[in-house]
Amino acid sequence: MDRYPGSEEGERQVSKVSLAVNGKEITADVEDRTLLVHFLRDVANLTATNVGCETTSCGACTVLLDGESVKSCTVLAAQADGREVTTLEGLASDSGEMSAVQKAFHEQHGLQCGFCTPGFVMAITSLLKENPSPTEAEVRSGLEGNICRCTGYHNIVQAALAAASASTGSANAGEAAK
Amino acid sequence: MIPPSFTYHRASSVDEALNLAAELGEEAKFLAGGHSLLPLMKLRFASPEYLIDLGRITELSYIRDEGTYVAVGALTRHHDVNTSELLASEVPLLAHAAGQVGDPQIRHRGTIGGSVAHADAASDLPAVLLALDATFVIRGASGTRTVSSAEFFKGIFETALEPGELLTEIQVPKPSATNAWSFQKFTKRAIDWAIVGVAVQSDKVALVNMGHTPLRASAVEAALAAGATVADAAEHAAEGTSAGSDIHASAAFRGHLARVLVRRALEEARSKA
Repeated sequence: MDRYPGSEEGERQVSKVSLAVNGKEITADVEDRTLLVHFLRDVANLTATNVGCETTSCGACTVLLDGESVKSCTVLAAQADGREVTTLEGLASDSGEMSAVQKAFHEQHGLQCGFCTPGFVMAITSLLKENPSPTEAEVRSGLEGNICRCTGYHNIVQAALAAASASTGSANAGEAAK
Repeated sequence: MIPPSFTYHRASSVDEALNLAAELGEEAKFLAGGHSLLPLMKLRFASPEYLIDLGRITELSYIRDEGTYVAVGALTRHHDVNTSELLASEVPLLAHAAGQVGDPQIRHRGTIGGSVAHADAASDLPAVLLALDATFVIRGASGTRTVSSAEFFKGIFETALEPGELLTEIQVPKPSATNAWSFQKFTKRAIDWAIVGVAVQSDKVALVNMGHTPLRASAVEAALAAGATVADAAEHAAEGTSAGSDIHASAAFRGHLARVLVRRALEEARSKA
């Protein structure tokens, strides 16, 4: 990967990393310092996961590691070796049917420019797994790790509540989404 | 931002981690969740030659009832501390504060031991553990030793851990007045470090980001012991501290925040007791 050029900071150390990305085994020799987000984008060629701030702040690079949301700019590919990674590309069914969270983003217009969207969709997917019928306040605190610079939070929160409602039929989420 | 080059090693047990540390020497750093160390490496504030990944050492991820105290394995993630039923009933201050660290993604990776060993005075959990009189269990080549939280934090990012030693467990005494706690944190954005934070358990008060290390607000505790009201005791919150000035706040503003937050925290703790 020419993203990691030169050896001005010492010798390049390379190791074999093997990830199950969206159910598919991907193995590559990468530099030890390779970040998970770069493995996903440059090795697995899955570019839905965006690189935003690169400082663990914005959440644009959020993916699921063994089913839980993480910021892939702050995880080494080597730390994820042998584990399961889910990116936005892995959410739809094989027949192309979108997940409940994806559908809700579509129906609630939960995006403006779209750059932060993959991160939000993954963060909400993880949030709803832990808390299937969150209140609006719980959705908002659950999304503290994701930033939308279009400031389109309102519809993102509505999308999260609508997805919860669609998945659980919960009165809690359903009421709040109205 | 990409970290500088290093050689990655993975340990699958505490013994293996200690052996690797002994073999690789002082150029090696332990990597737990990586949410303190990797950001520092990206900024070139740290450039270790070797990383020893502790992430697969499952034997250090646990929360156990030990009678008078709760034992928390050093590699227990903030998410697991936050959602522990045992901690919620026995040490609710710690369970709550762990849920205030960073954001959900960070709490899925960051560990309690990593936060303590990193010893950032602006982190939440070191001050919380100071207010709880926690004890830290440390393993090294020559065996196991324990260090009290009062003795552990030595200076800026400096702890009682010697090179090659590994923090393995945090022992948190069960407070007698379980519910007499409060955690107050002043930030500009939810995910930011506290500009100032306060942890209170009964009449024990600890401060986040008011000096080079997490601090006990000794002057406040002394005033309370001498019978002062909460409002009067809180006025002593900045005494004996050495808060810095930066782009977020001046030292004087930090002193003000400490006084206000200590008062709020003591009031809340007493109202819940």
